[in-house]
Amino acid sequence: MSTVTIDLIYLVASVLFILGIRGLTHPRTAVRGNMLGAAGMLLAIVATLLDSQVFGSGASGFGVIVAGVVLGAAIGAVLALKIQMTAMPEMVAVLNAFGGGASALVAGAVLVGTEPTAQATVAIVASGLIGSVTFTGSLVAFDKLRGLLLPDAPVTFPGQQPLNFLLGLVALGFGAWLVIDPSTTTAYVALVAVGSVLGVLLTISIGGADMPVAIALLNSYSGLAAASTGFVLSNDILIITGSLVGASGIILTRIMCKAMNRSLANVLVGAIAATDTKTEDADTVYEGRVKRTSAEEVAMLLDTAKRVVMVPGYGLAVSQAQHQLRDLATVLESRGVEVEYAIHPVAGRMPGHMNVLLAEADVDYDKLKEMDQINPTFAQTDVSIVIGANDIVNPDARTNPKSPIAGMPILDVDKSTSVIVIKRSLSPGFAGIPNPLFAGDNTLMLFGDGKQAVLDLTVAVKENG
Amino acid sequence: MDTFIPLLTIFMLAVFVGFEVITKVPPLLHTPLMSGSNAISGITVIGAILSAASPNRLTVILGFAALVLATINVVGGFMVTNRMLSMFRKKD
Repeated sequence: MSTVTIDLIYLVASVLFILGIRGLTHPRTAVRGNMLGAAGMLLAIVATLLDSQVFGSGASGFGVIVAGVVLGAAIGAVLALKIQMTAMPEMVAVLNAFGGGASALVAGAVLVGTEPTAQATVAIVASGLIGSVTFTGSLVAFDKLRGLLLPDAPVTFPGQQPLNFLLGLVALGFGAWLVIDPSTTTAYVALVAVGSVLGVLLTISIGGADMPVAIALLNSYSGLAAASTGFVLSNDILIITGSLVGASGIILTRIMCKAMNRSLANVLVGAIAATDTKTEDADTVYEGRVKRTSAEEVAMLLDTAKRVVMVPGYGLAVSQAQHQLRDLATVLESRGVEVEYAIHPVAGRMPGHMNVLLAEADVDYDKLKEMDQINPTFAQTDVSIVIGANDIVNPDARTNPKSPIAGMPILDVDKSTSVIVIKRSLSPGFAGIPNPLFAGDNTLMLFGDGKQAVLDLTVAVKENG
Repeated sequence: MDTFIPLLTIFMLAVFVGFEVITKVPPLLHTPLMSGSNAISGITVIGAILSAASPNRLTVILGFAALVLATINVVGGFMVTNRMLSMFRKKD
């Protein structure tokens, strides 16, 4: 097949990718969008296989390619089918790692297999550096999400930032060496090694609660790595696709930072709520003001309610109570109660995670409301049920300028007539600060395990009717 | 340097297209957006195929490793995205 034909097929594939992402603008068209993207990928791969360079490479070359594709496809399929929805952040972290790793490997392959031009060598340096940072950074993120080796808290040490800066300079130094003399593969190996260390150092300083930002950022890096590989190969489709993914990751990173009211720099150095700032003592906030309730009492409240809003946080997913919450909502709806779900942007462990978890529990997507949509409706809400969420409903963010989370956008549940908080204890959330909502006049605390509490509540509501 | 400017032009324009299209994706679908964009960033598979077909032994080894990783990205990414998206239903 001629290069012109192949390039035209690549162009068609690029258009399919863009149409595919556009399909994701609505749940109705999203499945088809994903199919379009997959079709584009298949086209691009088939066109590449028909490239005379590949097709004419002899039986052994073709055999290697088929083996690689079969192996990768089998692993990918197993991962995709087995992964639990709660572990989706880990899945994306692994995919980010592989994307970055593949880019660094391809750049290395081009370096040893051809005599790259100066321009291509610069791109090889970019691809190798971004790729290796993405690879190890994503593996660290994976580890933190799983809670395997590294602590959840940010790992910081004195001189960390200067060290990162220095490593960056060293990497660029090896890069410059490679550009001057592209035959020095040692320089590339050293570049990748330094990049790998840098990836680890840049990610261990990010706290477990900030992983949504880290994952979105690494997603962007994996796209940029692919785009650099496009510059290495002078290949348009890699550049187009890589920049789409790069843009997507940056947009999501910005959304996540805004939802936590933190700057990206602040997230990266892991400096959450400096501990020496005097925060209010938990006792003075809660003393004598916290009202404990029972499932029966809440059932009576729900009996007269016309509108109920469920406010899930990550704790809901931890106790796997999504299905029970949906059952409770179904019982309420069967009695004519309007039920909606309020989803804070950082309610899960990655952008949009909570929506997926609730969709898995068969909640109609029309009932999943974004923060800006649902906040004006809390004033007309009879009962809000907060389950497994803490900082994202803390009114201090709105009212107390001295609070470490001051200015963070929150769900205004305190404005509803009654608030039920389902929680094990009064322990603080990620920000480590007390929550005045729990001591609010209209708040009732239902202490216990999330899943059991919702089950009890559903039974009590049924008995009441 | 003669190919650099056209490639850079494509890169810049694609970034703008990306921003335009992706800002319209609702937060509801941000997780599938991430896994789906991961799948398409597996386009590196093309570079891996070209490398794996090289006569140079080391290039083939590197290309093969890249091919496996990129294919996991492509297949795993599209399949898991499809699995998630098919859960977003509207009940009647």
